[in-house]
Amino acid sequence: MTTIETPAPQPAGALSSGSRLFTLASRYGTFVAFLALIAVNIAITPNFLSWQTLNVNLTQVATIVIVATGMTLVIATGGIDLSVGSLMAIAGALAPMIFMGQFWPVENMAVAVTLALIIPVVVASLFGLFNGLLVTRFSIQPIIATLVLFIAGRGIAQVMTNGNLQVFKNEGFQFIAMGRIAGVPAQVVLMVLIAALAFAMIRYTVIGRQIIAVGGNEKAARLTGIPVKRVKLFVYMVSGALAGIAGLVVVARNSASDANLVGLGMELDAIAAVAVGGTLLTGGRANIVGTVLGAFVIQLVRYTLLANGVPDAAALIVKAGLIVLAVFIQQRADRH
Amino acid sequence: MQTILRPFAIKSSGDLARLGVMLALAGLILFGALRYDNFLSSFNILSFLRYNSMFALIALGMAFVIITGGIDLSVGGTAAMASVVAALFSPYHWAAGLLGGMVAGLAVGALNGFIITKMRIQPFIATLATMLAAYGTGLLLADNQSVSVSYDTGFTVIGQDDFLGFPIPAWIALAAYVLGWLVLEKLPVGRHILAIGDGEATAGLMGLKVERTLAAVYLASGTLAGLAGVILASQFGAGQPTEGVGWELFAIASVVVGGTLLTGGSGSVGATLAGALLLAMVFNILNFENGLGWISLSAYWQSVIRGAFLLVVVVLQAKLMARR
Repeated sequence: MTTIETPAPQPAGALSSGSRLFTLASRYGTFVAFLALIAVNIAITPNFLSWQTLNVNLTQVATIVIVATGMTLVIATGGIDLSVGSLMAIAGALAPMIFMGQFWPVENMAVAVTLALIIPVVVASLFGLFNGLLVTRFSIQPIIATLVLFIAGRGIAQVMTNGNLQVFKNEGFQFIAMGRIAGVPAQVVLMVLIAALAFAMIRYTVIGRQIIAVGGNEKAARLTGIPVKRVKLFVYMVSGALAGIAGLVVVARNSASDANLVGLGMELDAIAAVAVGGTLLTGGRANIVGTVLGAFVIQLVRYTLLANGVPDAAALIVKAGLIVLAVFIQQRADRH
Repeated sequence: MQTILRPFAIKSSGDLARLGVMLALAGLILFGALRYDNFLSSFNILSFLRYNSMFALIALGMAFVIITGGIDLSVGGTAAMASVVAALFSPYHWAAGLLGGMVAGLAVGALNGFIITKMRIQPFIATLATMLAAYGTGLLLADNQSVSVSYDTGFTVIGQDDFLGFPIPAWIALAAYVLGWLVLEKLPVGRHILAIGDGEATAGLMGLKVERTLAAVYLASGTLAGLAGVILASQFGAGQPTEGVGWELFAIASVVVGGTLLTGGSGSVGATLAGALLLAMVFNILNFENGLGWISLSAYWQSVIRGAFLLVVVVLQAKLMARR
């Protein structure tokens, strides 16, 4: 769909029908699965076609999509970012502390809320920069480099809040989750905006092309004059910033910030969405639309099972099967 | 003298890193012994070993997986599921609980091996999926709550009692590490594992049974995670389906701190144990430091300090690698 890559020259008619099936499945599989899930739900789930259902699913998927968009960019360069959940916790801990005046007295609420929306995201992107520096300056493998902040990041958030729950009520700040823009929940607007921006960046901008090139063949990218290190720093910063935004949305939605829980396990949800969406973990591709669909498919599967009385635990097993199946099809299609 | 010292001779930067972690561990123990009164008391040592044996077992399996160039994210979920299975089997016989948990771990390991070698899916994704599946299965079996173990069949002895004045979990971990050391350093299969980590294609061309060896390594990792789950259930008296979150990443950190490179092809069993003990001791020392009353650091600092430790180690490793 939106996969950008340099296609290998393929002699016409060389594909066997089996491999063509895999190619088709890899290209449209996620989309077909998405449509099939909707069809199944219309058939078996009572009251599926309602605004309420749409609302629930969209709001639950919004933060995953936001984080998974950043993850897609990182994975496109051949990296991975395990720190996103912890960065969400840091951003989620910082924001209420700012507008509740724990750092400096709040004189003007509008200013405080604005700062509470900006500073945590900047801090999260600086942590992303730190990840990027470990990867580029010290040539540390991304898994390990981001493992540092996965472990330490949540600790930092817990130390800042002393592990306490921060409860608040602040309409201005909570607009990003509770508010509505032309009837659409603000977090959904945010999600669409972010995914669209990332999509446009990959498609139409130089940096987007450079991201793909770095993941496709790093050495070749360097030799053609692409600033590989700068590109990598950029994607880790974006991933950090998006994790920060997702953290803000989560705490705003809950009217509370719990450093122990915000973003817990998000790194795996985001990676799962990317994998189901058809972006291979080996890099060189960034299928943003696929990632969005991947997140929706995972969410819809869970919703379908829950709405029909299957326990949440069974949904985990189905999700596992889904991930393996999606990657399997993708790889089989790739080999031809 | 020369021959005695030969095992300690530094042949590569990896050896230097391993020597570093041993020295760091020795330094930390010395620091604790000099600074705190009861640091070397038998109570502290024994409870430290009893609790951390689980993590040491998981780190051992992870070390083998990482030496082959793979990764196993499923160990935490596997341990949680195995603790549930062990608790469910414990009323029949203590051995039923023990075997049940280990077989549960073995099953996840087998599934990992199948997905990785037969379906050719990257270990990261394959074990991420089986982690979810293992948690799901554990929660289903346990009906979303912790499952109390039987106190009548002696199952709790495994995790709570001593043998010859030494905690039984620590004996289990020690036995596993000796076995692991034998396999890696003394048996042909150890060479094969190292060769596969160095380059799977080359190892295959040399005629090594790559798929079978890889599958065996994931089986071992799963079984060790299952064993850790058994100890978890036995030590805390319940199978806990939601425990084990993040264990895989702490195990990876232990292995990396132990000087094993994530690129595979090299690694050491002994240094992995040192790495696991080192990360665990950070928490122990933090407790003692708080006990002194000079500072009061909340338990939350332990993850910050562990992260910082990992940071220092990986940066040092990177510098060593760059120099080579």
